Amino acid sequence: MVRYNSLADSVGHTPLVGLPSLSPSPTVRLWAKLEDRNPTGSIKDRAALSMIRVAEATGQLRPGATILEPTSGNTGIALAMAAKVSGYRMICVMPENTSVERRQILAMWGAEIVSSPAAGGSNEAVRMAKELAAEHPDWVMLYQYGNPANAEVHYLTTGPEILEDLPEVTHVVAGLGTTGTLMGIGRFFADKSPEVKIVAAEPRYGELVYGLRNLDEGFVPELYDPQYVTSRFSVGSRDAVRRVRELLEREGIFAGLSSGAIVHAALAQAVKAEKAGERADIVLIICDGGWKYLSTGAYAADLDTTEDFLDTQVWA
Amino acid sequence: MAVEVRIPTILRTFTGGEKKVDGSGATLAQVIDDVDSRHPGLKARLVESDNLRRFVNVYVNDEDVRFSGGLEAPTADGDVVVVLPAVAGG
Repeated sequence: MVRYNSLADSVGHTPLVGLPSLSPSPTVRLWAKLEDRNPTGSIKDRAALSMIRVAEATGQLRPGATILEPTSGNTGIALAMAAKVSGYRMICVMPENTSVERRQILAMWGAEIVSSPAAGGSNEAVRMAKELAAEHPDWVMLYQYGNPANAEVHYLTTGPEILEDLPEVTHVVAGLGTTGTLMGIGRFFADKSPEVKIVAAEPRYGELVYGLRNLDEGFVPELYDPQYVTSRFSVGSRDAVRRVRELLEREGIFAGLSSGAIVHAALAQAVKAEKAGERADIVLIICDGGWKYLSTGAYAADLDTTEDFLDTQVWA
Repeated sequence: MAVEVRIPTILRTFTGGEKKVDGSGATLAQVIDDVDSRHPGLKARLVESDNLRRFVNVYVNDEDVRFSGGLEAPTADGDVVVVLPAVAGG
């Protein structure tokens, strides 16, 4: 059944497609879950709509309310669409060093953008949003980094979809940002199929983004619980760009940069399984499509130029 | 050959501004001790009561050591150790 009452109702149930060219052998296979097929084009539609639904049900979010959220892009975009349709005002706090397309799309759905300083990346966006929330107690900050509805939706939908489509799954590789995706999927597999390995791919940015004044300004999302992760890898922009290009050339999939980092970590797991002579069915998450990253040169410029450009950006 | 240790901006006051320093040891703990012997004070910023500090992430060849033995994670010549402050994504 692919008929839905509204756009928001069509979230999830994304296709899982094989990657026959990137898979190393018939016994070590890669599968991509295409989360770009969600209403606003990213996996964040699941979390955004789930957080809104819970906030409406508990009465935290009432008609005419103002929503405030720190975001590097996709969560803000997903919230902006839902806010537009439901008549909420939407304010995003977003690092200034994010791609121009994210700003254009947010503006298109009527969101207001407060820019946070480039140095410090999303940490600064979180800090500024918390300050704004304290100044405006009537605004509703859904706060994706600590909102249980973010992880819960992946426990209830993303995890079960993967297991239903591929009961023989051995690994799930996803991006680590708010940690919501990994916490939800990780908890689901811990309950249903605990031998499945949960692998985190974390973007490694340039120095500017780690430009904190002291180490105590570091940030670990409140949702994060390392017991639901098997291993965690740091992937730089060069490897992420290399992998989005490989995905495009060998499988025809046009994905965003965080997905490149995820493909990189997934291929490392595939090589490991192949060397060990073990069967593997590795699911990797395609978080969004490449549209929002065209201006970064990720698909056209030479690799050095792209890497230099991305060095100062919050690219994932 | 040695283990290359990459130092984040915020900790370069301990390394005279150097972005990377060499260390040696068969575990991360040994490498940190070795580097601290030439750059005193660095270890105290990374380690607290025999654990990594909460807002410090350390990767050996891109793998987060918290999932591969922590301070006892094995290291070998040619490995790259990256130290980074924990930051938000999303």
